[in-house]
Amino acid sequence: MNKPLPRWRRNLLSFSAMIGFFLLWEVLCRLLGVSELVLPVPSQIAAVLIDKMPILWPHTQQTLMTTLIGFFLGVFIGLLIGVIIGSSRVAYDIAYPLLVGFSSIPKVAVVPIFVVWFGSGTIPAILTSMVIGIFPVVVNVATGLATTEPELEDVLRVLGAKKRDILWNVGLPRTLPYLFASLKIALTSAFIGTVLAETVASNKGIGNVMMIASGNFDVPLVFAGLFILAALGVALYSVSALLENRFTSWTQRGKGSEAA
Amino acid sequence: MSDTPSASAQRPMIELSDVTVRYGGNVVALDNTTLRIDKGDFVALVGPSGCGKSTILKLVAGLLEPTAGAAIVGGREVGAIGSHAKRLGLAFQNPTMLPWLSILDNVMIPLKIVEPFRQDYRRKRKGEFRERAEALLEQVGLAGFGNKRPWQLSGGMLQRASLCRALVHEPDILLLDEPFGALDQFTREELWDTMQDLWINRRPTVLLVTHDLRESAYLASRICVMSSRPGRIIEDQRVTFARPRTLESSYQPDFTTLVQQLRMSIAEARAPGSSQTPAASRPLEEVSV
Ligand SMILES: Nc1ncnc2c1ncn2[C@@H]1O[C@H](COP(=O)(O)OP(=O)(O)O)[C@@H](O)[C@H]1O
Ligand SMILES: [Mg+2]
Repeated sequence: MNKPLPRWRRNLLSFSAMIGFFLLWEVLCRLLGVSELVLPVPSQIAAVLIDKMPILWPHTQQTLMTTLIGFFLGVFIGLLIGVIIGSSRVAYDIAYPLLVGFSSIPKVAVVPIFVVWFGSGTIPAILTSMVIGIFPVVVNVATGLATTEPELEDVLRVLGAKKRDILWNVGLPRTLPYLFASLKIALTSAFIGTVLAETVASNKGIGNVMMIASGNFDVPLVFAGLFILAALGVALYSVSALLENRFTSWTQRGKGSEAA
Repeated sequence: MSDTPSASAQRPMIELSDVTVRYGGNVVALDNTTLRIDKGDFVALVGPSGCGKSTILKLVAGLLEPTAGAAIVGGREVGAIGSHAKRLGLAFQNPTMLPWLSILDNVMIPLKIVEPFRQDYRRKRKGEFRERAEALLEQVGLAGFGNKRPWQLSGGMLQRASLCRALVHEPDILLLDEPFGALDQFTREELWDTMQDLWINRRPTVLLVTHDLRESAYLASRICVMSSRPGRIIEDQRVTFARPRTLESSYQPDFTTLVQQLRMSIAEARAPGSSQTPAASRPLEEVSV
């Protein structure tokens, strides 16, 4: 078995690999004389990013806000539905097939419906990212709640604990790792939903910018949009990973020193 | 019967009157069972597996309603959960500590839920309640382990903590369902002493379900033997050995005789009619060193 590398060396290597990737891209494109209409070089994309930032920034904010609003709505509603379904065996058994059915609908298909209902713009984008975020949260929360040990529940019920007490003291904390696992998925999916809806039916946001740029054959701008999306995606993912670490340290038993 | 009919001066703490429990219509777990337990008594319920011991415990806890008959605890019929006239504490074979809380916080959970502690929990959890939990932990030999997480403790230590959790709100009644069943022999015997000390100090009414006959003879003041399903109480006897009982006293002739006799009763209960069952022919296995 390979020994894991120390953290700083891992980070250094990852960073070098990234730089190497861009260098290779740049060098290959220049050597082979690839047209900027097919694949612009990283240095050009960077120039466009800096040059067009005043125009791109509001769209970046738009995409970020849409994603976050959709995500929070999705998590809130998903948590509610998850708690309702997960706190009763019967509800769980009845609702689970329904959930699986809903979640297997390709979410692109809901965008036209939202456009019909609300017109194109920000609202369909928010709703799309919300809908995509709901399902992983519901499924994970419900599963976490449904697997609470019956013996512990007996101990608490005999003490006179209300359903709410058990939910608050046992159910929800136990669900946290599941919830955070789902948050990461929900956040990245909400992001996909936003960009999707922006591309199809909006006049704002990075998705829309990329759509228009591609219509104008402004390939470097398309790639600049892609870079912004990648940066946003990485940032969102890191934040959720950070939160997960902070709140569910107890699942990593024995790893290092425990949080006091 | 051991209860004295002295003008019903004191009602029993626990009264099961002609209780029948059926699961799902056709499984009769308990058949017309009557059991009265006095305040402060330590009763062990022994019997073959599946005879309805846990069912009795759940009846008393109010986790289960009798199909027929009445379960009365502290003078009041056990109705909806949480409407108990008396405070109850429970401990099972599985200690079920919450992994995200420290041992101390785990032990304090009942104080967070049970009235009247509940309303003071926020104010006293750093002070009085904490001291109370720490005192209990010390009493069971877990001093200094309060800040550890459950996964840092051994099975025996967790079970000690589980006993503390069952006692921290000073229950009138302690219900124990094979609490030491998952432990090795040495740890189990250590915990008997812990349990005995706790009972002598606090004198709650205890109902202990066990399949370990030595355990019942060591701890209980009264032993009820149940027949196999449908369960009924077929033998009910006082244990008068002086307390505190010690491991040495558990190898005295009268102790071994009691264990042997219990073993015979259970063997008979399992195969009514023939007392020449294999179990009856090797009663010494349990009591030999
Ligand atoms: N929820 C249940 N549904 C159906 N049968 C049950 C249930 N709980 C227990 N039983 C049956 O009732 C009988 C008594 O169970 P229990 O009280 O748990 O026995 P013990 O604790 O003495 O081993 C057993 O035969 C068991 O199979
Ligand atoms: Mg049992």
